[in-house]
Amino acid sequence: MTQILVIAEHDNLHLKAATRHVLSAAQALGGAIHVLIAGFGCESVVASASQLPGVEQVLHCEEASLAEGGAENLAQLVATLAAEYTHILAPATAFGKNWTPRLAALLDVAQISDIIRVDGPDTFTRPIYAGSLWATLRSSDPIKVVTVRPSAFEAVPETGGAAPVLQRPGVPDSRLTHRTGLTLTHSSRPELEAARVVVSGGRGLGSAENYQALLEPLADKLNAALGASRAAVDSGYVSNDYQVGQTGKIVAPDLYLAIGISGAIQHLAGMKSSRVIVAINKDPDAPIFGVADYGLVGDLHTLVPALTAAL
Amino acid sequence: MKVLVPVKRVLDYNIKARANAEGSAVELSGLKMSMNPFDEIAVEAALRLKEAGHAAEIIAVSCGVTACQETLRTAMALGADRSILVQTDMELEPLAVAKLLRQLILREQPGLVICGKQAIDDDSNQTGQMLAALLGWAQATFASRLDFTPGASRVEVTREIDGGLETLSVALPAVITTDLRLNEPRYATLPNIMKAKKKPLETLTPQALGVDVTPRLQLLRVAEPPPRKGGVLVSDVAQLVDKLKNEVKVI
Ligand SMILES: Cc1cc2nc3c(=O)[nH]c(=O)nc-3n(C[C@H](O)[C@H](O)[C@H](O)COP(=O)(O)OP(=O)(O)OC[C@H]3O[C@@H](n4cnc5c(N)ncnc54)[C@H](O)[C@@H]3O)c2cc1C
Ligand SMILES: Nc1ncnc2c1ncn2[C@@H]1O[C@H](COP(=O)(O)O)[C@@H](O)[C@H]1O
Repeated sequence: MTQILVIAEHDNLHLKAATRHVLSAAQALGGAIHVLIAGFGCESVVASASQLPGVEQVLHCEEASLAEGGAENLAQLVATLAAEYTHILAPATAFGKNWTPRLAALLDVAQISDIIRVDGPDTFTRPIYAGSLWATLRSSDPIKVVTVRPSAFEAVPETGGAAPVLQRPGVPDSRLTHRTGLTLTHSSRPELEAARVVVSGGRGLGSAENYQALLEPLADKLNAALGASRAAVDSGYVSNDYQVGQTGKIVAPDLYLAIGISGAIQHLAGMKSSRVIVAINKDPDAPIFGVADYGLVGDLHTLVPALTAAL
Repeated sequence: MKVLVPVKRVLDYNIKARANAEGSAVELSGLKMSMNPFDEIAVEAALRLKEAGHAAEIIAVSCGVTACQETLRTAMALGADRSILVQTDMELEPLAVAKLLRQLILREQPGLVICGKQAIDDDSNQTGQMLAALLGWAQATFASRLDFTPGASRVEVTREIDGGLETLSVALPAVITTDLRLNEPRYATLPNIMKAKKKPLETLTPQALGVDVTPRLQLLRVAEPPPRKGGVLVSDVAQLVDKLKNEVKVI
């Protein structure tokens, strides 16, 4: 009997959308689905989780040691719950990637990272080598610890269910780590991983000033999230959480505009699954044109303002 | 304090990986292999700790085939003091690597382990966290900044997270995994490459360390993803807007 535990991502106030994508991977597996909300002062998250469709039970662990989502305490907690489950699923986000391998090691099982397809109860497909290849793997472990690439699974709706909530005890604080600072990028734009349209800029923009002056108005017109290549982040045009790619965020919007981005394989890994890709680049041989549905060859300094004006 | 840096030999990041004809494995024969880029950053981080007086000795470790010696020589050319190869021809999963590293750590007693956040071949992003769990140590993944205070029992680590940056106070000993912004790795100089040839490289086996490295996952298939169908070049902005509005209807 398949028993799935989905570990929700949240900030004690809001359930993150990634959780709803993981749920749809859980539904693809079939079986009973429980959702764990581990946190502190997270009643509103519990309320949201119990409305998710297809959830049999919400487990709620309320404990100060879980407030920051730190890996040591969370992995320990999930390890104490794991025996009742055949599958433990978490999003392949910075949150999920941080603690899930720790859980797998505590359980002495392999972890299957960043799945994009469920092929069966013990078989999964995941990209390797920056998405150049897809590997299909079968696990022989009794508990499958899996992280799910959110963009590869449609989110389940926010409502439709009415799951009962069960309180579970937390774990004592390991005191191994504690948070001393948090700097979150505040933006009124849609979240990069959830946006319908993403406007992304690369080294071709030349400076932080150009990035802002050219891409912000375009993103405003399109109600788009902003993204960037590694080179743009490393050059300080924008902060690290804008990076799209193999080692950054994975996005799959309806429309992805790559502006002044060459299209290195590490960048493509993060946006290749977008529905429509547009590239603006002055180099007609740039590899980005190999994946773009529509390419515009020319100087972004004139083309981007022209595009913004035409919308 | 000793610092241990696990370094993985991977297909060079400039080379596009292909599956073999049977679709049963990744084709690696004859291709350029390099140190995993995140591990170069880890080596650099360790070197800077040594240069700042926080670290006394840097030990590089690699697990895998005999040719991983090259990766270890590179680490030593960059400045690692000595290295250990855990030699095996078996495919190693992150859990197996973590178990091998744990055995070495019990022997070497380093105060810090710096791993890459992810190997760019399997893209697992697991080994450091697993190692920390097996040791019962603190972990700080995706590090973009380390702040050591001499003599302190904790280190401050800034991490790249989805919404921005988080700073943790981390109890030592700990496992740290590197993100891209932690530093810019140096290049090995020719004299240092020569010197590295004389630095100690010890070879062990999983058996000698008493670790079972049998894979838990069976690779059923490796294949290229379905290709995107070729696009078109548009002549101007007006045509682009028209296509987006009327052909694919995304705006
Ligand atoms: C371990 C590792 C991990 C990595 N992870 C990532 C990742 O997650 N994401 C990522 O993006 N990269 C990643 N990279 C880096 C990647 O290999 C490339 O270096 C990077 O994507 C290049 O960024 P870019 O396209 O902005 O810059 P460039 O390759 O320098 O391209 C700039 C482009 O702008 C164009 N341009 C310049 N001026 C103009 C103009 N005036 N008008 C129009 N076009 C112009 C140029 O023709 C060029 O094509 C990683 C690399 C490594 C080694
Ligand atoms: N075979 C290996 N030998 C040495 N270090 C490794 C090996 N595999 C993984 N690592 C370390 O673990 C990190 C993360 O790898 P992975 O979990 O495979 O993505 C790498 O950047 C290395 O620091």
